[in-house]
Amino acid sequence: MERTPQNMDDSSVGRPAFPAGLKFDPSQFNKFMLEHGHTGFIGMQYRNHGDNWVELGMPWREDLVGDPETGVLASGPIISLLDNATSMAVWALRGAFRPQVTLDLRIDYVRAAAPGKTVIAWAECYQLKRSMAFVRGIAHDGDIADPVAHAAGIFIQVEPEGWARASEAAA
Amino acid sequence: MTDLPTSLTERLPPYARAMGMRINGLLDGAPLLVMDYSQRAMGRPGYLHGGAIAGLLEMAAIMALHADLGDEDTRVRIKPVNISVEYLRGGATVETFARGQVVRAGRRIANVRAEAWQADRDKPLASCWMNFLIKPKA
Repeated sequence: MERTPQNMDDSSVGRPAFPAGLKFDPSQFNKFMLEHGHTGFIGMQYRNHGDNWVELGMPWREDLVGDPETGVLASGPIISLLDNATSMAVWALRGAFRPQVTLDLRIDYVRAAAPGKTVIAWAECYQLKRSMAFVRGIAHDGDIADPVAHAAGIFIQVEPEGWARASEAAA
Repeated sequence: MTDLPTSLTERLPPYARAMGMRINGLLDGAPLLVMDYSQRAMGRPGYLHGGAIAGLLEMAAIMALHADLGDEDTRVRIKPVNISVEYLRGGATVETFARGQVVRAGRRIANVRAEAWQADRDKPLASCWMNFLIKPKA
């Protein structure tokens, strides 16, 4: 998932990736999403959040298109958007940032997103366990009652030591 | 007459190209997708974003289906209906491979699985199943 609001370039030594008890405020996450990595590339933006939900947006862009004939966005960026929105919903409900990884994520593509329109993802954490968080979400392009995609997934809490260091394949 | 990997490469959409995906021939009869490591694919520090991995899996599934449909491919459109991704390992900052396997391609529905890996094909990063709707071109 997304990087923490810390400079963690020295993560390869396996030190804790973030200060213990770091509070999580989804609205403060926008700058990091826009400036870093995959979320920055696809142009993910914070829109709104509540106690257990987060809403993100992704403006339509030509280089995110999956079907050049129609201009419809590829489904990959929509998965990414729902992955982030669901993950951030867990942190919103916890009220704190804790390292987690996606166990699985299922997406139903209800219809094609309208070319040119911003895709909005609304996601909630509907059950929070000690090690697992159950999430669901909806992607739409303006009317949540006319969804583009539905998502259901599970995040697993992991130890900070392994969460953000170089993996064995890179070593 | 172009070969299959070349003709499929021409079908990679803007998103796939922007993410540094390409088709590197066939592996066991199905298109081998490769995604370059880049900042565009990065998630949490040191690891690829799950969405970037899912995007690669989808592209591998789509290209496997195009290849499997053969001549029929020019007469139909395929629409992804759904996907379920399971994440098995963190994706390191190296190039990533993916290959789709068509389990069944019927007249209206195709069921496709895909796997992504890096240095070792026996240690997949993630796998998925996808269902597609097959519709005749209007």
